[in-house]
Amino acid sequence: MRFSGLRVLKEGLTGNRGWRPHWRDPAPKSDYDIVIIGGGGHGLSTAYYLAKEHGLANVAVLEKGYIGGGNVGRNTTIVRANYNLPGNSEFYSHSLKLWEGLEQDLNYNVMMSQRGVLNLCHSDGQRDAFARRANAMINQGDDAELLDREGVRRLVPYLDFDNVRFPIYGGLLHRRGGTARHDAVAWGYARGADSRGVDIIQNCEVTGIDIENGQVRGVQTSRGAIRAKKVALVVAGRSSQVAAMAGMRLPIESHILQAFVTEGLKPVIDNVVTFGMGHFYISQSDKGGLVFGGDLDFYASYAARGNLPMAEHVMEAAMTLMPMIGKARVLRSWGGIMDMSPDGSPIIDRTDVAGLYLNCGWCYGGFKAVPGAGHCLAHLIAQDRPHPAAEKLRLDRFRTGHGLMDEEGTGAQHNLH
Amino acid sequence: MRIPCPICGNRDSREFDYMGHALTLDRPAPDAGLGAWDDYLHNRENPAGPTRDLWFHGLGCGAWLVVSRDTVTHEVFGAELARDVTGGRA
Amino acid sequence: MRLASGGQIDRTQTIGFSFDGRQYEGFAGDTLASALVANRVRVVGRSFKYHRPRGVFTAGSEEPNALVTLGRAAAQDPNQRATMVELFEGLEARSQNRWPSLDFDLLALNDLAAPFLGAGFYYKTFMWPAAFWERLYEPFIRRAAGLGALSGKNNDAYHEKAFAHCDLLVIGAGPAGLMAALVAGRAGLDVILADEDSRPGGRLNAETIEVAGQPGADWAEDMVEALRAMDNVRIMTRTTVTGAYDGGTYGALERPAPDWAGHSDAPCACFWRIHAQRAILAAGALERPVAFRNNDRPGVMMAGALRAYVNRWAVSPGKAVTVFGNNDDAHRTVADLLAAGIHVAALIDSRPEATTDLPVRRYAGAQVTDAHGRGGLEAISIATMSGIDKIRTDCLAISGGWNPTLHLTCHTGRRPAWSPDLAAFVPCDGAVPGMITAGACAGDFSTHACLAAGVAAGKAVAKDLGKRARKTDLPRAEDAPYRIRPLWAVPGKGRAWLDFQNDVTVKDVKLAATENFTSVEHMKRYTTQGMAPDQGKNSNVNALAVLADATGRGIPETGTTTFRPPYVPVPIAAMGAGAQGKGFAPQRFTTSHAASVEMGAPMVEAGLWYRPGYFPRPGEKTWRQSCDREVGMVRQAVGVCDVSTLGKIDVQGPSAGAFLDMLYCNMFSTLKVGRTRYGLMLREDGHVMDDGTTARLGEDHFVMTTTTAAAGQVMKHMEFVHQALRPDLDVSFISVTEQWAQFAVAGPRSRELLNGLLDTPVDDDSFPFMGCGPVSVMGVQGRLFRISFSGEHAYEIAVPARFGDSLFRTLVARAEGMGGGAYGMEALNVLRIEKGFITHSEIHGRTTAFDIGMARMISAKKDCIGKAMAARPGLVSPGREQLVGLMPTGAVKQLTAGAHLFCLGEEAVRENDQGYITSVGFSPTLGHFLGLGFLKDGRARHGEEIRMVDHVRGVETTCKVVDPVVLDPEGGRARG
Repeated sequence: MRFSGLRVLKEGLTGNRGWRPHWRDPAPKSDYDIVIIGGGGHGLSTAYYLAKEHGLANVAVLEKGYIGGGNVGRNTTIVRANYNLPGNSEFYSHSLKLWEGLEQDLNYNVMMSQRGVLNLCHSDGQRDAFARRANAMINQGDDAELLDREGVRRLVPYLDFDNVRFPIYGGLLHRRGGTARHDAVAWGYARGADSRGVDIIQNCEVTGIDIENGQVRGVQTSRGAIRAKKVALVVAGRSSQVAAMAGMRLPIESHILQAFVTEGLKPVIDNVVTFGMGHFYISQSDKGGLVFGGDLDFYASYAARGNLPMAEHVMEAAMTLMPMIGKARVLRSWGGIMDMSPDGSPIIDRTDVAGLYLNCGWCYGGFKAVPGAGHCLAHLIAQDRPHPAAEKLRLDRFRTGHGLMDEEGTGAQHNLH
Repeated sequence: MRIPCPICGNRDSREFDYMGHALTLDRPAPDAGLGAWDDYLHNRENPAGPTRDLWFHGLGCGAWLVVSRDTVTHEVFGAELARDVTGGRA
Repeated sequence: MRLASGGQIDRTQTIGFSFDGRQYEGFAGDTLASALVANRVRVVGRSFKYHRPRGVFTAGSEEPNALVTLGRAAAQDPNQRATMVELFEGLEARSQNRWPSLDFDLLALNDLAAPFLGAGFYYKTFMWPAAFWERLYEPFIRRAAGLGALSGKNNDAYHEKAFAHCDLLVIGAGPAGLMAALVAGRAGLDVILADEDSRPGGRLNAETIEVAGQPGADWAEDMVEALRAMDNVRIMTRTTVTGAYDGGTYGALERPAPDWAGHSDAPCACFWRIHAQRAILAAGALERPVAFRNNDRPGVMMAGALRAYVNRWAVSPGKAVTVFGNNDDAHRTVADLLAAGIHVAALIDSRPEATTDLPVRRYAGAQVTDAHGRGGLEAISIATMSGIDKIRTDCLAISGGWNPTLHLTCHTGRRPAWSPDLAAFVPCDGAVPGMITAGACAGDFSTHACLAAGVAAGKAVAKDLGKRARKTDLPRAEDAPYRIRPLWAVPGKGRAWLDFQNDVTVKDVKLAATENFTSVEHMKRYTTQGMAPDQGKNSNVNALAVLADATGRGIPETGTTTFRPPYVPVPIAAMGAGAQGKGFAPQRFTTSHAASVEMGAPMVEAGLWYRPGYFPRPGEKTWRQSCDREVGMVRQAVGVCDVSTLGKIDVQGPSAGAFLDMLYCNMFSTLKVGRTRYGLMLREDGHVMDDGTTARLGEDHFVMTTTTAAAGQVMKHMEFVHQALRPDLDVSFISVTEQWAQFAVAGPRSRELLNGLLDTPVDDDSFPFMGCGPVSVMGVQGRLFRISFSGEHAYEIAVPARFGDSLFRTLVARAEGMGGGAYGMEALNVLRIEKGFITHSEIHGRTTAFDIGMARMISAKKDCIGKAMAARPGLVSPGREQLVGLMPTGAVKQLTAGAHLFCLGEEAVRENDQGYITSVGFSPTLGHFLGLGFLKDGRARHGEEIRMVDHVRGVETTCKVVDPVVLDPEGGRARG
């Protein structure tokens, strides 16, 4: 079924009786060409691009709960391509290009809204570092503007320019960045993959990975064994546990990132604004809620919930930067489980097991990577060579030291990125 | 979360800094080879369940602690001074 | 309409307030909602999506409809629950989400378009043409969405945060909570009893129930008095416990009493962090509605809320009231209404077996199928065995049963269990470690059961904490059984509301199920059910039941969504209290701050510190003029600069040298007493962490310095290396950054300046280059280091911080007399760039010793932090970007930090990137710009001409690659 305004109109006039499931609930087959472990944003988009770009539809996506129940449904919905370092630059640029036009590609309104991402800087040194990053973005072919203080004031006059603890020197504006409706991204990819023949199997937990002579043969699941020629691990938040089924120990530590949303308010914040000195970022959803977050809770955790110290710190940052939102009330908080890698950058790579592929380490950048990661992982699985936009996202870079992508410059401590 | 600092008593986690798994106490020999160092610095069991990790009581006594806790329930079982753990091993 | 008598209001105190510009009066003790009901204001708001008129629905913080905006200008406060706003004189409330007015709202047109606006319709349209999303569709949706509006002005209200500690936190002061607090308090525990309401007592304030032979509200008052008399019990009213966190930590929001309103010196809310050894959740239960067609009409409200309005506030929302329920509370409601003299038009009980002695028109086994009246309820349709009856009524009370208020038990991740008997979720045991539940929130609904559960809980906690509970008599109270027959949604045509606030109807949930959003989380996210300000308190269980029905599963199999903190919405200003303005982070000032400010220096942030940018002199119009002069002063005469912000760490002990050898990549154990050495510190991953000079003041005594930015990180790192890796080393160290004021005195006349102050003059023999030692400065014992960050003959002189201000002023005054003066960060930066000295602009966390040309400093004779990993192939391989100096050669003579480097003739794209510029300054000494940067294999490319492109600043030029040390590469000036 093709979605359109006309279809909504027609259904509305006929009692909305014609709507059909957005995706099927098939029983798992005993054999697939490719099994993708994990029905999150990345897993679903991988399946979609396998089917769409490579004609590989004998694919199953195995999800232990409900699709989109992990980080794709627990984030602050920000989409951007404003990275400094090679590897990240070309990858996120590639992903952003896929975002642009995703609605039309998927025939699903994921509400990608290019409302601009503004990073604020608070010293000459930060401004110069932003200039370097902005120039890297333009060198990559993406957009970037360096705003001075007055430029920032014109864009976001509601900040506290006079009293903020770390004065606003300027900002890096990335107009093509913005937000998208996170759940819809998962659903749209699921519907697209399903309609091309991919089996999306929910409530199917993988309990083992079958490997013979260094070659993957399939998986054991809570719904029986499934044979597969190729298997991809796309399980952010559980990467270490699933990789352990294949005997691997990953350079990953799991951490909590909290996020918050307020009650609905009339439009007041138009862009995505980030406050580097306070680890605070905010946007306003189409429903009117202010969606914001900050830094990790700092301790390794799988609890999908945070504690007060970081929650308070985030609100404190809000109060110094934009005390205009003081009377907004926080309605709900949640936590996502982040795959923190040693350099804060992701991994899309083969493993030492033939036919076993790995997608992990997205830290808190996974949402904006959904199209790009799926596209590149599908390429790697289908062609067994990396996509040019993802060839630097190697697993062995930590051991060799080649091509580390430590954007924050904080070194090999997982929780500092 | 409350951390039972052996020196200061039970304190709010906001007084502490965190630095990852306690295997960081097992620093390899300088010539242990790239694999050993890669494991030491990067690769982790990353358990979903009981773990031992390093916390620094920076807004307290300045002690580095090895805290035993659960990464799923956030239950804290106890804490000991990193100095004692390392010293006991040597 | 106000009843002639009764209620817990003070009729002698009249309070004036306004709603949507009209003036009204209420009494002390009223909430805004009860006062509006008293004044027969039926429509108080508009719904989120369809803009349907809505009336007061509940009497608590779960209110979905009566959300209003209070105040004006900076005091404008949107989305306030009228049910929780205590009336105060001059209160000004306005309705929200309507235009132009509450009565006539243009977007009510949405209601007519409802067939096209069902669950998730927006995922299926607005996709063509693509560019219209940001330009047309989304702006329209955004303007239509949202509820109240922020003023756009900076928060003007004062909020506080506080910590509290106790043995026992009792959450909720209803019958269970009061008894628990009493038992625990008498056992000697330190108790906090927190209740959301202004008046403790819980449902006892809303019911006509008797406890111990007296009206429940009076009994509660006596109990509160008894508790207040105990020193170890603290009662916090108007305090909602908002979240349960790890380790017995709870968040709580305390609101002010209404007489505080308008007082600028009183906090308008306080956010508490309560550490409790144990907690008893006695939060009661929330009544749930029944879904039927048009059940959202103004005049339809919860039965328990109606009893509260009648009994506590002596108001009636209607003249002819009907009551619809599936449990005995419907009957209790009718009894209370009749007792208050209110006409009850009918009692509709969905249970066929229901009987009553009450003198009321009664329908058993019947269901309300529709509510009529656009602007407010006028009549209801009732489906009976024999057909449809239509009854005129202006108020319908619904009781669909009670949901235990178990939200806090879910905050640490546990899910509740389904109780078929209660047709409700009940908390799991031990869901939150240290917390037990008592009373209605645990599914004990009778007053007697609540009192008994409170006693038992109080005793259990006392015993658990090693105290003996005294014998407590259980007060007499009703113990009526809770008889319920689940009824979630009345079948039929039309829209039946589940989530009133987000306008989610039974149809929407069914549509979601049809479209395979059958997981409860999918349904919630697809329909937005439960995501409105009430967080599904009124609707989640009903929606779940409808979904279960639609998918043919039972409720327990269908599951439940998780409740997450906060229990009620918390203002950002409360949780972020104290940070507005400068309170976000500490401000650190040097001892020369006052003098620098007096000299007109702009103070700039350096981490938490403030340092002078430059010291303007008369006639200087730009910072560059001042900076150029200050550089010249240092190069030609003498300059003075406060360098106290650098971290200073005093290291002592027999193993101090060995310890520093472990920390730094170069050797310190071989450093001679009285000498200073530059050190480079690596992270364990082989990248540079920090640098600085370390002086050996004695055999077992070093003073090391860190950069300003990394001082805290280095100190923590040192503690780690010592405590965790090398506890065998006999060494002690402490930060003395704030104990010593330290000034750089730099320039060819620096020694001359110092010797005017030192009690014993210094010379090249006593203080050669890199020498250090104690000195006496005008009678004050200090330290002198002959080190240079400018490349000139220079010193750093340190004195105890209390002499800092005086020494700085003296140094500057004397320097000025010698043709010099104070210099700031700008000049310091130019001086160091001329000399190729690095800062964190260069050692930004991704550079190695190899990159900055210091690989040879990594001593082969010893281990050190970072040594092994610095040898990784990727960290020493060709192709890495290496530190170089840069001089402009093109027509444009400007360099910019952040520009990227390219080979001549190559396009400025990522694939051609050769490096970037980190630091730039105009060198007045050389008369042109100088830069430091990183260039691929740069050390081998000195002399090469390259292209610099700064897209964002619009600067492009060519420059020559040179050695980073441009000025005095032999170092003669510093040594001489």
